[in-house]
Amino acid sequence: MSTSDAAATAPRTLRAGRWDRLLGSESTTGWLFVSPAVLVIGLFGVAPIVWSIVLSFQSNDLVTPATWVGMANYKALLKDPMFAASVRRTIVYTLLFVPIVTVAALAVAVALNRRLRGMRFYRTAVFAPVVTSTVATAIMFNWLLDPDFGIVNALLVKLGLPAQGFFQSPSQALYCIVVMTVWGWLGFAVIIYLAALQGVPLELMEAAAIDGATRWRAFRRVQLPLLGPATLFLVIWLSINALQLFDEIYVTTRGGPLSATTVVVYYLYQQAFQLFEAGYATAIAYVLFLGILLLTVVQLLIGRKFVYYRS
Amino acid sequence: MSYVAVERADTLGAAGVSGTAPLQGPETRRRRPSGWHLLLVPVALLMIFPFVWLIITSASTLAETRVFPPTLPAGFPVTWIQNLVHNYREAWTQAPFGRWVLNTTIVTFTVVIGNLAFCSLAGYALARLRFFGRTALFLVILATLMVPFQVVMIPVLLICKYLGMVDTLAALVVPNLVTPFGIFLLRQFFKTLPVEIEEAARIDGATRLGTLVKVLLPSMAAPLATVGIMTMLWSWNDFLWPLIAITSQDNMTLQLGLSSFVGSHVTNWPVLMAGTVMTQIPMLLIFLVAQRWFVQSFASSGVKG
Repeated sequence: MSTSDAAATAPRTLRAGRWDRLLGSESTTGWLFVSPAVLVIGLFGVAPIVWSIVLSFQSNDLVTPATWVGMANYKALLKDPMFAASVRRTIVYTLLFVPIVTVAALAVAVALNRRLRGMRFYRTAVFAPVVTSTVATAIMFNWLLDPDFGIVNALLVKLGLPAQGFFQSPSQALYCIVVMTVWGWLGFAVIIYLAALQGVPLELMEAAAIDGATRWRAFRRVQLPLLGPATLFLVIWLSINALQLFDEIYVTTRGGPLSATTVVVYYLYQQAFQLFEAGYATAIAYVLFLGILLLTVVQLLIGRKFVYYRS
Repeated sequence: MSYVAVERADTLGAAGVSGTAPLQGPETRRRRPSGWHLLLVPVALLMIFPFVWLIITSASTLAETRVFPPTLPAGFPVTWIQNLVHNYREAWTQAPFGRWVLNTTIVTFTVVIGNLAFCSLAGYALARLRFFGRTALFLVILATLMVPFQVVMIPVLLICKYLGMVDTLAALVVPNLVTPFGIFLLRQFFKTLPVEIEEAARIDGATRLGTLVKVLLPSMAAPLATVGIMTMLWSWNDFLWPLIAITSQDNMTLQLGLSSFVGSHVTNWPVLMAGTVMTQIPMLLIFLVAQRWFVQSFASSGVKG
């Protein structure tokens, strides 16, 4: 890769003598240019990765001297029922969140891709949650879903249904988190789909229509396959973020009630900053990393089989 | 690849602005309203309703939020405005929101400027200059892009402690001055630019830095906006890192401050809602003014994978 780059970059008219001098100066300039990046990413990106590997083999409370425990953290993790439960909750959350956002975003994007009256309003409404912070989102939904004075319960009662506990009910809290995060992420997914839809040539749809395809068939057979790459990207990106869910939980339920919303990263946070088990927490982080990596690779492999790429 | 992405994003942005324009064209015919409104109206209402209820609650009295079922606050518009003023003043005096706005602005501004400058330099060098270890360096940067923050956060905290940055704004700025994301995005873009422009400038005697700053960067509004907007949003709304790096109230960011405000005001919804509105207004305003650029940035950073 680097040789072809070099060939493309090098001015072809230069003679050998100046060539050497240029190479020397280009090397210096190159390193000068990347030096701020090397410094920051080296110190706060690469060094911590190495350090955290060491940390995950230690018992370390961040205050007293650390002791080397080998694989003990990872072994304990395998037997920790709290960790297993947090993994299960994270999987349930991800399996709900990712498909709901993807399918809903596809429908909304297809609708927004037309020229309708009030389009600016629709677009702004759908996109506004994207710039709203996770903390603010959590506070708003906490109030909307307040069991005693919340508007949603008022609506349920008006419809003749019983009032619900929502975030305060162990059996509902996780699903409320799903609803809240779907609201927060829908706009992002719609933007990705809109960008992809606008890449679908109009002629293709027109050709399908001329060939007598119904609108649904044209969508199903022409448009949808062309959205494959965008869908694959979205599913991967949403999954990565779903597995790292934390902010909304911290602000609404703090992992409760009865640990019903203690997902992996929240469990990690508790271990690291409430129980001061930095070694154990880092081991959790590595298992999470492995999980994300594995899921991404699987999704890419499945994607390679089913996703159609135009050359 | 990224060039395609940016180009697509451009059409998206343009459509976002002129989406309704064709309706005014001469070929407009009277048609029955499209069935798509049946989907879009409820969706839009669902998306907007939390904001509306947020603002209405911040215009209520405490007593009015302690009634079930909840109703609209009495006395529109005079009492509403009085309540609004009261609640916002309460929130503003009960917590150092002004200080938090200032902190967040300083952090966000510095991080955005740092990323624009340093990611441009690094992205350019990685795309164009031949230097020893370039490929290895690029691979290392790509690798750090994939590692989740949770893996590195404890060592990063320890390093910040070592450098005396814990519980200062420096802890929020320095580790984020350069992001692998920005470097990667700009490098891909530099790769799509024709080399001939640079060569002409170089033959005219411009230095590398001069070429980059005066010739290349001015034609890179779209990718620079993407890096700027994404780092701005990320920095403004970041929560987990400030949560562990900042402890004293005076050094908090808006999001962290707001979450600490929840703890002490969970029973006073009108004031809490007023505080929440205040923290969201700056970014929402910027978004409403520059919606096109936001959408384009999301699209072009998204399609990169």
